Amino acid sequence: MPAELILPYKSQLKREARAEAAFKTLTMVSAALVLVVLAGVLVALTYGAWPALSTFRLGFLTREIWNPVTNQFGALAALYGTVITSVIAMLIAVPLAFGIAVFLTETCPLGLRGPIGTCIELLAAVPSIVFGIWGLFVLAPILQHTVQPWIIDSFGDLPWIGKLFRGPPYGIGLMTAGFVLAIMVLPFVTSIMREVFLSTPRSLKEAAYGIGATQWEVVWDVVLPNSRAGVIGGVMLGLGRALGETMAVTFVVGNAHRISGSLLAPGTTISASIANEFTEAFGALYTSSLIALGLLLFVLTFVIIAAARLLLLRLEQRGARL
Amino acid sequence: MRQFFVRSMVALGTLGLLGALSAGSARADDISGAGATFPYPVYAKWAEAYRRQTGIGLNYQSIGSGGGIKQIEASTVTFGASDMPLTAQVLQQNGLMQWPMIIGGAIPVVNIPGISPGQMLLDGPTIAAIYMGDITRWNDPAIRKLNPTLKLPKLDIAPVYRSDGSGTNFLFTNFLSKVSPSFAQKIGSNTSVQWPVGIGAKGNEGVANQVLQTTGSIGYVEYAYVVQTHMTYAKLRNQAGQFVAPSVQAFQAAAANANWAASPGFYVVLTDQPGAASWPITGASFILMHVQSKDPKTAAALKFFDWAYSRSGQPLAEQLDYVPIPAAVVKLVQASWSRSLKVNGQAVWPAK
Repeated sequence: MPAELILPYKSQLKREARAEAAFKTLTMVSAALVLVVLAGVLVALTYGAWPALSTFRLGFLTREIWNPVTNQFGALAALYGTVITSVIAMLIAVPLAFGIAVFLTETCPLGLRGPIGTCIELLAAVPSIVFGIWGLFVLAPILQHTVQPWIIDSFGDLPWIGKLFRGPPYGIGLMTAGFVLAIMVLPFVTSIMREVFLSTPRSLKEAAYGIGATQWEVVWDVVLPNSRAGVIGGVMLGLGRALGETMAVTFVVGNAHRISGSLLAPGTTISASIANEFTEAFGALYTSSLIALGLLLFVLTFVIIAAARLLLLRLEQRGARL
Repeated sequence: MRQFFVRSMVALGTLGLLGALSAGSARADDISGAGATFPYPVYAKWAEAYRRQTGIGLNYQSIGSGGGIKQIEASTVTFGASDMPLTAQVLQQNGLMQWPMIIGGAIPVVNIPGISPGQMLLDGPTIAAIYMGDITRWNDPAIRKLNPTLKLPKLDIAPVYRSDGSGTNFLFTNFLSKVSPSFAQKIGSNTSVQWPVGIGAKGNEGVANQVLQTTGSIGYVEYAYVVQTHMTYAKLRNQAGQFVAPSVQAFQAAAANANWAASPGFYVVLTDQPGAASWPITGASFILMHVQSKDPKTAAALKFFDWAYSRSGQPLAEQLDYVPIPAAVVKLVQASWSRSLKVNGQAVWPAK
């Protein structure tokens, strides 16, 4: 082949190789940047939390006291509130989301699927502070005057679980915060479940229908096991959102650094405590305790997501073996 | 079509930019301050009137006394505002000085069906018992003893307190600590305390809202909030044994006995003052500034405070039911400005 035809081709190769290398470096830098920021946040939080953690040590995690006057702080009340409100939210949102997803993928008339699905997703577009205001001005009075008295009368005197439902009806508290969180978390879990249910292979479902399965049996025994990984992923996403939610919860949780046995009582969550007290906390130990709460939430969310990933991995391995 | 679209976007963008540039909301020469929610209504009114008169704006963030103290210590604002006066020791430690700007009162408010404003009679030890969780129902014998003629329902009490660091909280807990030794021991007096029972709300606004929303609740808010939202306030028994209703005269009676000249750093707490007409939970709101200031807006801030103390600012405060600082005390305050406040080593008062 003549030289003039080979040489330009070589330089073009070189240019392409350089472009390729630059592209690879750029993507690697982007990924590395995220890791650097994550590590930076962890380092900054630990540095800020160090005075409180070194003063209180493990007692910080096990004590309920939160007293700015005597400078004694413990994260137990905030931790308890965070976990309880998230658990209530997930207990309400997951079955509801499952129901909505099954309805939208199985029984809903085709023409309505789009509009209803869009409406559910619009719920995710509502700012969280709007949920907080709605919770305080609309939901709390309804709960105080109708729902909570009914709950106290019906369940308050039962032998074991009655303790959970006793106390004056304030309207705000851990239960109300749980309800508001459930509504906020619902669109995320629903849309992921719906996507995953839709991706079930039609041949599987039609085979099940072919041997005489009812619609319910198809959903429970074919669609759900097939979409296990996605469902768990969706639930974990919702849980992550519920754990960290700040403004909506601050309005309705009651801001009381106390653990009481009742779900109707006011409490506090980690994010609500920080939002309320950080700008005004003066005193190095007070500020440091609030940063330590932030570090605790960071670690908690990290642990939960890691556990979810491990669970998914194990499910996938078991699925592969089948 | 596409060209038209692009051109119209550019035109809109330019218009928007021009609009934003000419809007002139918060300008660089605005005086900045942060702190107590207690005097926020009057500071906001003063700021508006001052801007109309002189064109200089005041940017005040009502984030609570604790926040105001923190911000001025970090020098992120020109002045801090706190309802809790700092002790001479803390002032010296942080190189700050303080002076009283306005006087107001904290009022207990309730939400009980069938009870109208001023009907409820309470006293310090009873309120202390409510907030310690010893009294849990509105028809408790202690409350019925104070209100023999009122029909009190068998309703649970929901105490509402401040969840943020607050000077109003300091005034309230200071009063309760003075009248109830067990309150002083168990809870104490500070801008933020650990309450054994009740619900927390953010700011005077938050407590007012929470009490209005929750049946059977009791809370404490600044007088302006009570008047403007027509809340159901309770009368309190003062040191002289008289049940007084909150009013400007009651605050003035409490402030009349204060000895400002003899208190270093103007540290005077006006709770539980003697006098038959005195309101028991009266307090002054203080301004904090650095003694050796590097802030170039210090002189402008002092001019604003002087305007607020004068005949231009006082009527506005009285319209909102606050009590102005007596003229004799204003003279003492301004003498302390000349004596102690320096920007880059030079005195800034009297203004040249």
